Amino acid sequence: MNKKEFLTQLRQGLAGLPQAELEERLLFYSEMIEDRIEEGCSEEDAVAAVGSAEEIIAQIVAEIPLATLVKEKIKPKKRMSGWVIALLVLGSPLWLSLLLAAVSVVFAVYISLWSVILSLWASFAAVAVSGLGILAGGIYFIGINPIITGLILIGAGLACIGVSILLFFGCKLATKGLIWLTKLPIRIIKNAIVRKGKAV
Amino acid sequence: MDIQLKRGLLDVCVLAAIKSADSYGYKIIKDLKPYVELSESTLYTILKRLETARMLTVRTAEHCGRLRKYYHITAAGVRRIEEFKEEWKEMKAIASFIAKEDSDE
Repeated sequence: MNKKEFLTQLRQGLAGLPQAELEERLLFYSEMIEDRIEEGCSEEDAVAAVGSAEEIIAQIVAEIPLATLVKEKIKPKKRMSGWVIALLVLGSPLWLSLLLAAVSVVFAVYISLWSVILSLWASFAAVAVSGLGILAGGIYFIGINPIITGLILIGAGLACIGVSILLFFGCKLATKGLIWLTKLPIRIIKNAIVRKGKAV
Repeated sequence: MDIQLKRGLLDVCVLAAIKSADSYGYKIIKDLKPYVELSESTLYTILKRLETARMLTVRTAEHCGRLRKYYHITAAGVRRIEEFKEEWKEMKAIASFIAKEDSDE
């Protein structure tokens, strides 16, 4: 890949960055490539030494705060005309309620997902506590009743505790997965803004 | 290495690389290469952070018919290096404490 192709690829991949920052970054990479060529590198090698455009784009997307991207996105490119403002105001009963509905749906999905996690932990606690209770009961019964009742209870208690240990790891895994899922939309939004329609 | 620790270290590394004379991007990477491998993107982020913190200033100068950015350390940047050397003494004391406790077991 030559320098021009490389810079074009970067420019396309980072189209959603604030304009000034994009230009500054491109100048930076361009200078790096020029310096390597001056030292005796071929253009191809100089570009390769700087790294793959895809990797650079991914790193920048990961580093840049979402707030910066959104600010750039909602900054009006030109002044809104009176017509557009009038339409926005008149249409507000429509788009405002739609927006509100969309936000509520997302919110509801999160609440229900977290409720599932909460109930998982609750069932873990229930099994663990009842396991301990049955075990204690079994030990108590061993003294006063036919020994078989106590032994059965102890066995059941131990089984419950065993199941609860398995449940604990399951719950932990599910919670971790959900935290990952919670961060997913932010990653998708960032990628969508920066790359402007390119595949995430 | 711990990411916060590494970030602080690299900042001081870059400051040290421009301390004796103004330098430019590729030269900084080359000068640091024997000690630490720095990618272009990482260097850009560090330079930006140091500029925002006013530990260095940037000037653009012509070089062989094209423009090149030179980085110049400020008084605050020099102070940061001195601070780091002091911090490093504390860190060494902590490290030797950790090593000693570990070998006692």
